[in-house]
This record gives sequence, C-alpha cells and structure tokens, in this order.
Amino acid sequence: MTVAAAPDPYRLLARARRRSEIGLGLHVLVFVAAAYALLALADGPTIPPDLPAIAAVIAGMYVVVHLTIRRLAPAADPTFVPLVAALNGIGFVTITRLDRDLARIQATWVLVGVVVFVGVLVVVREIALLERYRYTLGLLGIAFLLLPLAPPPVGRTINDARIWAKIGPVSFQPGEIAKVLLVAFFAAYLVEKRELLARGSRRIGRLHIVDPKHLGPLFLVWGVSILVMVAEKDLGSSLLLFSVFTTMLYMATSRGVYLLGGLALFAIGATIAFRLFDHVQTRVDIWLDPWTDPGGTGYQVIQSWYAFAAGGLGGTGLGLGAPDKVPYAATDFIFSAIGEELGLLGTLAVVATLLLLVGSGFRTAIDSSRPFNQLFCAGLTVILGVQSFIIIGGVTRLIPLTGITLPFVSYGGSSLVANFAIIALLVRASDEAARRRVGP
Amino acid sequence: MTDSIRKVGLGIVALMMLLCAQLTYVQLGRAEELNADPANIRLVLRDFTRGRGPIVTADGVVIADTVVVDDEIGFQRRYPFGPLYAHITGYQSLRYGLSGLERSYDAALLGREFQLQFGDLGTILTAEDPEGTLVTTIDSIGQTAARDALGDRTGSVVVIDVKTGGLVAMYSNPTYDPTYLALHDANATEVAFDAFNADPTNPMRSRAYRERYAPGSTFKVVTTGIALDTGVATPDRVFPRLKELELPLTDRTLSNFGDQTCGGTLAQSFRDSCNTTFGQLGLDLAEQFASEVEQYGINTAPPPLDLDPPSVRSEGPIRGTFEREAPLFAQAGIGQGPVAVTPLAMALVAQGVANGGQILVPHLMGEIQDRDGQVVERWAPRRWKTAMSPSAAADVTAMMIDVVANGTGTRAQIPGVQVAGKTGTAQQPGGAPHAWFIGFAPAASPQYAIAVIVERGGELGDDATGGRVAAPVAQQVLSTLLSHRTP
Repeated sequence: MTVAAAPDPYRLLARARRRSEIGLGLHVLVFVAAAYALLALADGPTIPPDLPAIAAVIAGMYVVVHLTIRRLAPAADPTFVPLVAALNGIGFVTITRLDRDLARIQATWVLVGVVVFVGVLVVVREIALLERYRYTLGLLGIAFLLLPLAPPPVGRTINDARIWAKIGPVSFQPGEIAKVLLVAFFAAYLVEKRELLARGSRRIGRLHIVDPKHLGPLFLVWGVSILVMVAEKDLGSSLLLFSVFTTMLYMATSRGVYLLGGLALFAIGATIAFRLFDHVQTRVDIWLDPWTDPGGTGYQVIQSWYAFAAGGLGGTGLGLGAPDKVPYAATDFIFSAIGEELGLLGTLAVVATLLLLVGSGFRTAIDSSRPFNQLFCAGLTVILGVQSFIIIGGVTRLIPLTGITLPFVSYGGSSLVANFAIIALLVRASDEAARRRVGP
Repeated sequence: MTDSIRKVGLGIVALMMLLCAQLTYVQLGRAEELNADPANIRLVLRDFTRGRGPIVTADGVVIADTVVVDDEIGFQRRYPFGPLYAHITGYQSLRYGLSGLERSYDAALLGREFQLQFGDLGTILTAEDPEGTLVTTIDSIGQTAARDALGDRTGSVVVIDVKTGGLVAMYSNPTYDPTYLALHDANATEVAFDAFNADPTNPMRSRAYRERYAPGSTFKVVTTGIALDTGVATPDRVFPRLKELELPLTDRTLSNFGDQTCGGTLAQSFRDSCNTTFGQLGLDLAEQFASEVEQYGINTAPPPLDLDPPSVRSEGPIRGTFEREAPLFAQAGIGQGPVAVTPLAMALVAQGVANGGQILVPHLMGEIQDRDGQVVERWAPRRWKTAMSPSAAADVTAMMIDVVANGTGTRAQIPGVQVAGKTGTAQQPGGAPHAWFIGFAPAASPQYAIAVIVERGGELGDDATGGRVAAPVAQQVLSTLLSHRTP
C-alpha cells in the first residue's frame, strides 16, 4: 500500500501564486496591446503592422520573467510583475506616442531591465547576502553617488544637473543604482544598532540620549549623500534619499522622535538650500506662482497644468492630445502626457497601480520574519512610493517641482534598470517570507 | 518593527491620496479656466488643426471655407471674395484670433453646438465634431451691387430685409482682405495686420456698424415720427415760411440749406427738407425728443446684430438737457448737433417705417445647417423696438414717397417701382458734407430697406447733397436687387 504524500503547502502556494501571475499578465498584455492599437488608430483606420510583434515581445519578456520566478522564487507575491508590466506598458505606449525613436531605446532598456531582474534573482539567492556585505555595499553606494562629480569624460553635466556618468559607450545615472545600495547598507546598519538607537545608552536626567558614536556612520553616509546630491543639483534625488533614510530610521526604532528630528533637519536643510542656491529659490517661486514668468521659469509647470486640464475627466484619447507641448514630456513630465490623453480616470488608475505596487512591497516587508528583510523591503518600497509622490506632486504643482523619473513609466534607462533590480529584490524577499511561513 | 512599517505604509497611502485630490483639482476643478486661457496653445491647435464649416450667402455663394493644406496646421481658412465680405465674415487668424461671423458663430462652424453634436447618431459614434454651415442672410447680388454702386468712394451701404430684419447687404469702403490675416505665416500676417492698422482710412473698421456720423436730414424721419405720435404735429400742421430759425438761449440761428426760404405743412417741409420746420419741431418736442428716440434704437443699447465685435451705440439729444441746451434740440431735429448714428441704425429706422413702425432685430444668420444640409437652427424674426404707430408709419411713408417722386430724392426713382426715401446732407466742420439716403422699396409692399452714406460728398465734395450723391447709389442697389429678386 502506498500512502499519498501530504501536499506540500509551500508548493501549493507557489502553484496558486504563479497561476495568478499568468492570469494577471494576460490582462496586462491585452491592456497594453489595446492601448498601442488605439494610439495607432488616432492616425488612421489601420491596425499597426508591428502590433503582433510588439505583443509577442512583451509576452516573451513576461514569460521569461515568469519562468525565472517559477524556478528561483516560486512562492513570491504574484502582483509585483503584473503591476510593473502595467506601469511599464502604459509608459512605453506614452513614450511611443511622444517619440518613436525614444520608444525604441526604451524598449532596449526594458530588455536590459529584464536581464538585470533575472540576474539579481540568480545572484541574490538570499537577502541575507546583502546584509553580510553591508559596508561594501555602502561604500559602493557612495562611490556611485560620487561618480558624476568625477572629471569629464566620466562625469557629465546634462540639463544643468551633474548626475550622469559615462563609462565606455554607456551613459547612465549612477545615483539610481546608489539608492538601492545605500538602502541595503542602512537597513543592515540600523538592524544592528536599532536596540541602541531605540533605547538610548546614556542618561541625562530623565532623558535617554543616543550615544553619538552609534549615529556617526549613519549621519556620515546620510550627509555625504545629501551634499553630493545638492552639488549635483539633483534636488529630487536629495529629497528622496532624505525621506527614505528618515523613515527607515523611524521604522527601525519605532520612535517618532526620529521622524520629528528628520523633519527638523529637513526644514534646516531646506532653508539653507533656499538661501544658498538660486535654483532652489526659483523652484519655490515657480511653485508659489508660476504665472509671474509664464514664458520663462514658470513655463514647464504651466504647460503641465494645461495638459492635465486638456485631459479633463476622460482625456482626449491616446494620440489625440498635444502632450508634446510640455517640455521633457517623456521623462519628468510623462505623467502630464498621460493626464492629457487618458484624463483623470487614467491618472487615478496610474496612481492606484503605484499604490498597489507599494502595497505589495509593504506586505512583503511585514510578512518577512528577519528584521533586515523587513527594513530592507520597507526601504525599497518607500523609494518607489516617495519617488512617485515627488514627481507626480511636482508636475501637478502640489509640491515644488524637482526633476526625477516616475518609476517604470518615465523614459530613462538607469532608473528603469534600478527599479527592475528593486522589484527582483522584493520578489526574492517575498519568496523567502513565504518559505519561512509555510515552507519545509 | 511591523507596526512602524505599517504606519509608514499608511503615510505613503496618505501621500497618494493627496495626489488624487490635487489631480482632481487640476483636471476637473481648474480645467475650464485653464482650457480657456488664451496663452494655452491647445486652444489654437484645437480649433485650427481641424475642419471648419463654410460661411455662405443666402443664394449659396461660399464666402469663407476651409481647405486641407500641407503644413503643420493642416487646414487653411479662405475668403474667396477677399474684401467684398470682409466686414461680415471677419477672419480666423492664428495670430489675431477671431472676428466677425467667424467669432460670433465659432461654435456652430466648429460643430460644437448641441444640435450639431446630437443631430444624428453617426456623428456621436465617430466622436467627430460635425462642422456646421452658416447660411447668412446676405444676398451676393445685393452685396456686389453695393460695392459697385459705391465704387471707390468712402462710405457704406446697408440693406435690410423689411420683413425679417436680415441683412441683405452690408458693405463699407475701404475694406480689407481677411485672406492675409488667415495666413499661417506669422510674419506675413503681422505685416498685413500692421499695414491695415496703419492705414488712416481704417479699412478693418466696418463703417456700417462701427462708425457714427451726423445723419443730417435723413433724421427728419425720426423727428417726424415722434412729432406725429406725440401729437406735437400732424402732416397738415402749417409752419411759417422762414429763411432762418431763431434759437433760444443764443444769438445763433438755424438756416435752411442754401439759405432758401421754406415752410408750409409738415408734409411740404418734409419733401423740401426744410430745416427751419424741423428745428422748430425739435424745440417743440423738447424733453420728449430725448426720451422717444430710444424707441428708434438711439440713446440706448446698440442694435443686437449677431457680430463680434458688436455694433456701436447711436447718440441723440440727451435727456434732461433741454432747459440748458435747447439749441441742440433744434439741431437734433435736422440730424445735426448731438446726433451721431451708424448707417445700420438709419437702415433700421427705414426698415421700421416700412414695417408699420416695428423695428426688427437685425441679423446676419439665416440658418445653420449640418454637413448633410439639414437645418439645425433657423433665425426666428423678432421685434427689437416699436418706433412708431402704424398710422404714423403710413404718414411718414407717404411723405417719403413724395420725396422721391417730387422732392430732393428724385435720383432714387426706379422705373416701375415706387420708392420711399429721404435724403440727407450732413454738414461737417471744416469740409465737404456727408451725403445720405435712407429709404425702402417697393413702397406699397416693402421688401428692402436701405441706408447709404458717402463720406465727404464723394467726388462732388463741397457741392454734394444726399440727393445727388447718395440717392443714385441707393437707386442702383435697390433696382439691381429688385430686378433679380422680385418674383
């Protein structure tokens, strides 16, 4: 007599999750292909001849990613990849609408992103690996941050921001990769010191004060990153790194005083930056009233508002608006282009998609059992969420505009590759969490 | 740690909600205002890079249309007759926006009107804006006749359909060619626009409804109508035969044309255009004169002609000033002094007399058609003012017939058609007078009302009179129209 083997709950979970991933993926494929076809229909009543090819390439990449996950992280959360594909798809269609040449380059970068995604899953078999190499990663992060400041031909200034580096034939923004490395360093460091940071080791009267020596390395890396960003005139990334580190400090310690301290530091830093740098002042002035110089400094934001207004509730329809009238429509202002052609319904859908992605990230963080995994995943997720907020808030004039990409949507290779790496790490962590919970 | 992660997560959710609120604010709350901002390039792109319905005359002549061209805009507005209809069509200009009918019927021409949008299911399904065709009341025969009759003289001709208030012709010389303003080349447009504006004769301003003149003796139609309705005079009231009328409050007098002596009954005075009689009437009417002219569309809101920019207001004797300024009321009686009117206003006075005292709302829109030629909107004639009683209108008509038959307006006679009219020779400080004629025909069953002004006497200069210069213009236009359009 043979006894039927008890079903392995990890395998069952993996099978169910991968099946969801296929189903959701099919939805995304139909949605992106339909958007691409609609875009072409704006020009005339013919279905674009390259539609099947494009659909096949998207499907192919999706299959590769899916099979990789099936093999290397089978029980990972099934929503990451479809959500990324949806954002990436709407971004690709919008870039195609704006500039077909850019779209071709973007397609190549998506391909590179997929390779990086697979590569990260292959190399990082355990999140703990990153914890082990925390200082290496931290130093590497600083090195990447500093790279654009290197003398030409390596460091390059484009559009008044020195955030580019050229190594060999490839130009990229090292800051995008630095973000991920620094978050890994911070997570590891904070997990190690969090008891000390949370309780405080010295007493002065009734106050518990944290020994500065524990905070030293933290402030060093923090300060260097912020200073570098300011030197590179990359306000958006500065703001992003600052918020990520502050929230990570808070998450590690659960002490609100760090949030308040972060806010105070931010206020001081912002005031100094406002006093010292003309371009910071200009940004704030534009935010307060772009109409004082509608043809000059206020131009971008005003054009962005026109685009959003032109979209109204339902949008003009893909290919039927004039989003190319907004400067940098494919990168910083891609959300304005979406707002014009897909309307409020479209922009809210994109925000909802980002929110779902962020939700999956936080769920992975909370489901994880190892403190490093928790903090690392939460940090990566805060990057995605805050970066989206900074750029969407900027182009809608909710906050002063600071140029930064919209994750997975904007045109831009470095950001795309870094974000794919973030998702790969989250997928890895998610599988680990599932394995620890239900696995053998 | 999970607790604080959850809190940060909620914080991010809150930020995203803020984004949603801001998006709703910009895309819904501020949308209307931003979309209408003149600095918004989309406004231009939306209205210029697409088809636009034609403007045609009542007899089917296309006077403005849009063709597909091979440039970045893709559509070009054309005005096939250039200057002839310029003051009616106006222009659609990338650089200078819209004017004239292009402006007042923009929505219809673009197909943005409700009736056009939901007229048939086909256009709803294609989501295209179905451009409308604007059929005007202008008759190409009348408009061309007005241009030919005026020749190269400075002035204006306005012809109104007596029964509908529709403008049959409205021509002013000098005029301009809107084709230049519709060009896509910004420099060429600017050169043309600057040249038109630098021209001292002001060709872009329609004299017909944007310029005011002293109407001279044509205003005696108004003075007479008011005198009859107020009971200040009857056609048979006898006035003294005078060479000049003594005016109160001043040493100055009011003299007759060519220092003639005239007078007699009101009807005789009207025929001979006797200034002393009508100066006296102005004094007799006193304050009533200032209040009653409002019923003739003077000293009140300008006629609501469906053009943008709108007509200017016409002026007459001012209420409450008789006690101090009585001489001005005498001068107003003969269409001088405080009286300043548009040719359109005088054409409406003639139309009112011809229509039993009822002045109709003047208009250029006859109907709006969809692309299949179906009428989606038709002008419903409506009353603007009740100028005079039917009996006063009949009396004034009889006097106007006499003017053309036996008086100063004989050059307006048309063989086989009875014409009613009144001439005017408006004295101008420091130069030749303006020559006027207003009237209508056929007198028994009026079809067309007309006002003609030839500035500074035309080719006759100082020797000009309304009868010699303006009456022949009216005669030519009315006879051309009647010979082509009478069943």
